[in-house]
Parts: sequence; structure tokens; C-alpha cells
Amino acid sequence: MTLRVDLQIISDWIPDGARVLDLGCDNGSLMKHLQQRGVTGYGLEIDNSKFADCIKAGVNVIQADLDQGLPQFADQSFDFVILSQTLQAINRPDFLLEEIARVGKQAIIAFPNFGHWQCRLQLALGGNMPRSRTLPHAWFNTPNIHLCTVNDFDKLCTDKSIQVLSRSIVNHEHKDTLGTRLLPNLFGQIALYQVKKR
Amino acid sequence: MPEIIPVDSVGLVTPTTLHIETPITLECGRILPSYDLVYETYGELNETASNAILICHALSGDHHAAGYHSIEDKKPGWWDTAIGPGKAIDTNEFYVVSVNNLGGCKGSTGPTSINPETNKAYGPDFPFVTVADWVNSQAVLADSLNIQQWAAVVGGSLGAMQAMQWAISLPERLRHVLIIASASKLSAQNIAFNEVARTAIKSDPDFHNGYYTEHNTLPRQGLGLARMLGHITYLSDQAMGEKFGRELRNDTIHYDYDVEFQIESYLRYQSSNFVERFDANTYLLMTKALDYFDPAKEFNDDLAATVANIQARSLVVSFTSDWRFSPARSQEIVDALLSAGKQVTYAEIEAHQGHDAFLMPIPRYIDIMQTYMQQVAKECKDV
Repeated sequence: MTLRVDLQIISDWIPDGARVLDLGCDNGSLMKHLQQRGVTGYGLEIDNSKFADCIKAGVNVIQADLDQGLPQFADQSFDFVILSQTLQAINRPDFLLEEIARVGKQAIIAFPNFGHWQCRLQLALGGNMPRSRTLPHAWFNTPNIHLCTVNDFDKLCTDKSIQVLSRSIVNHEHKDTLGTRLLPNLFGQIALYQVKKR
Repeated sequence: MPEIIPVDSVGLVTPTTLHIETPITLECGRILPSYDLVYETYGELNETASNAILICHALSGDHHAAGYHSIEDKKPGWWDTAIGPGKAIDTNEFYVVSVNNLGGCKGSTGPTSINPETNKAYGPDFPFVTVADWVNSQAVLADSLNIQQWAAVVGGSLGAMQAMQWAISLPERLRHVLIIASASKLSAQNIAFNEVARTAIKSDPDFHNGYYTEHNTLPRQGLGLARMLGHITYLSDQAMGEKFGRELRNDTIHYDYDVEFQIESYLRYQSSNFVERFDANTYLLMTKALDYFDPAKEFNDDLAATVANIQARSLVVSFTSDWRFSPARSQEIVDALLSAGKQVTYAEIEAHQGHDAFLMPIPRYIDIMQTYMQQVAKECKDV
């Protein structure tokens, strides 16, 4: 099974044998991949329709609602907490970010960048809520209720005393280009951050 | 019995009785000098005895979990939806053992058994039994079957409490534990329901302080009431509404106290059926075992410390509409296991059937349990 490209980037950031909590683990493919490298931990997922896949993959999956935070986990109890493509669907991303930084010694957060030029153009010139390959839903049925830009996320991290250790801003194919390097908030479609509490 | 036995049934089964002469000291301090355990098995034990599954029964259950006792049986065992060839607990893969608990009334030593000291039925003099006592006696059965380690211990409700107790007190003797629709201890509301049930039984004039057999009678009214109450709490409002609504048995209202609504008819039928097949003293004992279960008590009420020695991997399952053992109670078990860093999977199944959902063939639930058990089966070959 080949890993989705963003998950591959995340995986590369995680050392062998780490203790990991994967928030919104879907079918467990990332945890399965990581467990082959001695990583241990849990996947959390609100939708149990893919639990059978997780179980087949040997992944410990816990049904949980991330909007409730992570009260079941102690401070700094994981080496890494991962939140991939889920932040924008959370009721209070600021609260969850605090929870992630509390529970994880480090965290990896990936989200779609709403500052991408196509989004800006659709709103500025078309006058419509933007839709794109990474954000395909209409405004009225989207699960993505808290979209942000790279700049917005940077500011939230600063406000919450969260240190950005590294970041990778890439296009929809998860490749970095000259544009994503020079003007990430304009040309990046997906942002991946490695952060920790200051 | 259906015309032909379904292919996914274990078919006709016969219980076995194990007579144990080694005395067992119960948690209440009393000793049973000897006792019987009646059990059924389905499937074949493999050469390394690594594929054995223990099924623990709930309040009114028994050892007859799957298949049929005779061609005349109208219904199969109580968990036939989950146990059989190709089913979630696949008898082509596993050797399944299901035992009637001590204090029961279906063949294992209990209040209806003869007390060797008096040559009369124990009746209300049968000692109080606890979940831990059951686990100890089940371990004796495991020894007699040469099962050193269960591939999994599985239970729902009170059965799951036994499964949990196995994992806590005999951690090296099981590889997996399935804790379904359960709790680490009863809430005040749950104890309250049990107390109403007990009061119903004890206040029946035919109860005679538990010596009803000596008076050649049964506390039918009281036990029936207890069962009615239980039934209501095992179902959800929605499930009852869908099944019965306000449907009348006859077309019109009669302005009397006979059965008018279908739900009344159902409850009366269930309770009158139950009183003929279940012993009131056993019912009292089982509800007390439920009330007393609280493994964290010995650990300063720290559930994470209680589960710290568990070696088994856990599958915990709850059901959204179960208000007798709500998902929040399963969540407490899961949180403790997570806090202790244990291997655990937890699913909260969308179901409208209430507590009884754990006995139902709900596709998502069965799919998750089946997939989990398939992983357990794979491991059995490596042991």
C-alpha cells in the first residue's frame, strides 16, 4: 500500500520507535505504516465505518470526538500528535491546538491553505466562496468550517506560545515549487507544520 | 427449531458437567466443598490449545450460547448471532467454551442444587458469589480442559465484567479481552434498578424468605415484575416505540386492567415465560454480583492502576442508545486502559436497541467484532 503523499511527508518527520497519537486516523494507513518502524500508539477517529480496516491493519483505534479535546490523555504522554487535514473541521481549532500541544511533546499539523491564489481569485473576482481540489465542498455543506491561511495559522501559533519547528508548504501534488518556497501563503495549497509548546 | 439446521449454526449441542471436589473459597468468606460447572463447547481445540475462547454470560444467561439442544428447540442459544461456523466468533477457527456460572440455575451449583450438609436445596442459604469467584471457578474449568491461556475472553454486560476481571486478576491467562456494553462498576441508578427488582421478588407472599420450593410454590409475581423492569431498562424508548408503539391488542379500549396495549402483552408474556425457566434466588444473587463488582476498590478507586497489570489487548464496544450501561461507562474503561498505555480499540456503535443491542446482529458491530476475532485467529497459529 502506498501512502498518501502528505502522510509520507509526515511519516518522514517521525523517528523510529516514537509514541504517536494520530487524530482523525481514517483507515489507519499512517499508523500501520509507522508501526512497521516500531512506532506505537493509537489512532483516534469519530467515524467507525473504517474501524475494520484499522483492526485489519493492527492499529489500535479509539472512537473519539476531537471537539471534546483530549481529556483522556495525560500531559506530554506522546512523542508526536498528528492532525492531518482535520483542523479545519473542528469546532474550536484554537482549543484543540492547545490540547495537542499539551498531550504531545511535538505535533504535526497539516491543513489546506485558504490563502492560495485560486481561493483569493474566486472570492475577489468571482464573488463566490472558493472551491478547489483540496476544498471541493460548497459553502453550505462543507465539513470545513474553520478554514485558515498560512499567515492565520502562524499568528495562532504565536498567540498560543507554540513554536514552529519546521514547515512544508506544498502544492496539491504535495510538491514544493519555486512559488511555494518564495510566497507560501499565495502558492501553497497544503501546509504541514511541525510544532511544539514553547 | 428450524426445518433444517442453518449452515452457520453449531448444530445440536450437549452440555457437559464438570464435578470439582477441590473446595473453593468464595470472596464472601464461605467455602463450597465441592461444586458442579455445566458448560458447552463448540469447535475443536487445536494441538497447542491456543485457540480457546471463553464466553461469559450475563444476568439471565447460561452455558447454552449457541446451537440447539434438540430438534424441538424453538430458539438457538442466547448468542447464536455471534457464535458459529463463519460467524464473528468462528467455530471453524476457535474452540469456544461457554459455562453456567456458580449460583446459576441451569446445572452449575446454585440455590436449586442440593446442599450436601442438609440434603435439601440450598435456596436462600447459597453463599453470595462475586464476579471474581466466577473467574476463579472458570479458571478451574480452564485447567481441566488443559487451556493455559485463552485466545480471548468475551462477554457483554455482566459477562464483560467477568472478562475484565479475568484480564485484571489472571493477566497471563488471556491474550485478548472483549468488553461489550459494560461498566467498571454499577452507578447508583443501576443499583437502584436492581434493588427494585429484588424488592419485587422478596415482597411476593410466595417468596417465603427464599424457601419457596419447600412450600411447593414460586414467587412468580415478584420474579415476573423484576423481569419486566429489567426488560424495560434493556430496551430504549425508541426500540420499544418501533416495536409496539401504542398498538392495541384488540381494536378498542375496554376501560379495564386487562391487557390492552401490545407492550403490556409483551411484558406479561416475557415475565411469565421467565418465571418458569429461572430461579428467583439465582436472580437475587446475580443482581448482587452486579452491584458488588468494583475492581478498582482495591486500588483506591484508581481504575488506571487497576488495569496496570493487564497483558491482554482489549476491544471495548458500547451502543449509543444503551442507557443501562451507557457509552460513557465504557469510555471510563477505555480511558483507564489508555492512561495505563494498554493496547485497546474502542467503538461506539450507532444502535437504537438499547442495552440488548449487544445480542443483536447489528452489521457495523458484527463487522468490527468479526474483523477483530479474525486477527485473534491469525495469532493463534503463531502461538
